[in-house]
Amino acid sequence: MNVRRPYVRRMEPGWWWNNAFLLRYMIREMTSVLVAAYAFVLLAGVFALNRGEAAYRQWLDVMASPWSVAFHGLLLAVFLYHSWSWFEIMPKTLPQIRLGGRLVPAAAITWGGLAATVACCGILLGGTLWLTR
Amino acid sequence: MAHPVKRSNAPVFWLLFGAGGMLAALLGPMLVFITGIAAPLGWVLKPDALSYDNMLAFARNIPGKIFIFAVVTLFVWHAAHRMYHTLHDLGIRRNGLSMAFCYGISLAATLVCGYALIAIGM
Amino acid sequence: MRYLPESDPEPRHQVYEVPYSDTGSVLEALQYIKDELDPTLSFRWSCRMAICGSCGMNINGVPRLACRTFLREYFPGPVRIDALAHFPVERDLVISAADFISKLESIKPYIIPRVERSVAEGEYLQTPLELEKFNQFTKCINCMLCYAACPQYGIDPAFLGPGVIALAHRYNADSRDGAAEERMGQLHAEEGLWSCTAVGYCSEVCPKDVDPANAVNQNKMASALDYFIRFVKPGEKS
Repeated sequence: MNVRRPYVRRMEPGWWWNNAFLLRYMIREMTSVLVAAYAFVLLAGVFALNRGEAAYRQWLDVMASPWSVAFHGLLLAVFLYHSWSWFEIMPKTLPQIRLGGRLVPAAAITWGGLAATVACCGILLGGTLWLTR
Repeated sequence: MAHPVKRSNAPVFWLLFGAGGMLAALLGPMLVFITGIAAPLGWVLKPDALSYDNMLAFARNIPGKIFIFAVVTLFVWHAAHRMYHTLHDLGIRRNGLSMAFCYGISLAATLVCGYALIAIGM
Repeated sequence: MRYLPESDPEPRHQVYEVPYSDTGSVLEALQYIKDELDPTLSFRWSCRMAICGSCGMNINGVPRLACRTFLREYFPGPVRIDALAHFPVERDLVISAADFISKLESIKPYIIPRVERSVAEGEYLQTPLELEKFNQFTKCINCMLCYAACPQYGIDPAFLGPGVIALAHRYNADSRDGAAEERMGQLHAEEGLWSCTAVGYCSEVCPKDVDPANAVNQNKMASALDYFIRFVKPGEKS
């Protein structure tokens, strides 16, 4: 009667795609692949810059090609999702913060981060326009 | 009494991951827009904004070098750490080989970037 | 889910039909099955009001307390009930919690006073602000839903896990306690904080809003800084 035979179940491969929450997690993690891809695009540009004008012009030509622009459209969407998901999880990484005697809610941290993103992107664009004036 | 547990070395990679993730979150979208869409199509920026002369001038001073180095290397170290853990999630457990693969790529990118930025000179 | 270790090679599923009511819980449905249809069905339960933590199960794939999950959420059904995920199954819906219990014991889940006071000296005093720092983490009912939710625990049960780390934090953050350094020793390990990838599903399923994801991840920065600062801290051995 008292036969113990604990059964250990395996994690199914579909653990992350059969659940909406966990699927979003995996998408968030996967954004890093394209973050790296963009870094390599820039690295190619820096490398070409080092090799000389002809090599750099080639990089510029590739960047101006339709498939490159389309790819960067995809990259833009991915980076925007990275920014969103980064600040969405940020409240979990912080201890309780008190400002003016009250606890700062998670939403304030997320929207604060997104506001900082808009501000930083604006400064970057402004800086680029000014440097290339 | 608790036996001493081996401390993880994850903090080194995690801090790099965090710095890269923060930089990517704050500046990534606009960097992609400027370099991959606006400049090639001549939107918003002047058509020669990212010309050879402009970019060389940018890369030939210290702030420019730091900016380029930070963006490229922090982005790849961010991705390496995330992918190392995602491979674990997908069944390729964290081990020396996985670590060497993921962080090896980011290390290589760091060295290439550093070399190129130094070679460009002042 | 059914699993009889004396006769089943592996878990299987059995279908039962139970009467529906707007106010009926999954726990009540299980009790109906045991009382009226099949007395051999085994499952844990006690308070039936979401405070004892006994009736954790995977209901339609999601870790839930059966007493707090209502049939009306799934009408007209069917409702799939599995034993709580990521734990070994003893029998039917009863899992072995031994791993969780031993991990809980290992982090010393009790106050080790920073400064001892004798009974004559009176109570340990604490301000409301000091209480606020750890109060939400005291709400844990040890139901282990967070372990069923956590994919990292599922992939590698060596992970200390969300609940235990939240409880370690509950004591570390308590102003009366002085053993944070000791507990952090376990948290600094790969199987401690550093197996967590901030999925956040643990906090999503917690029936008491303990937010274990916050407990784990807010300690990462402290652990990371300590990794470097330990070389200049007095009396640090390694």
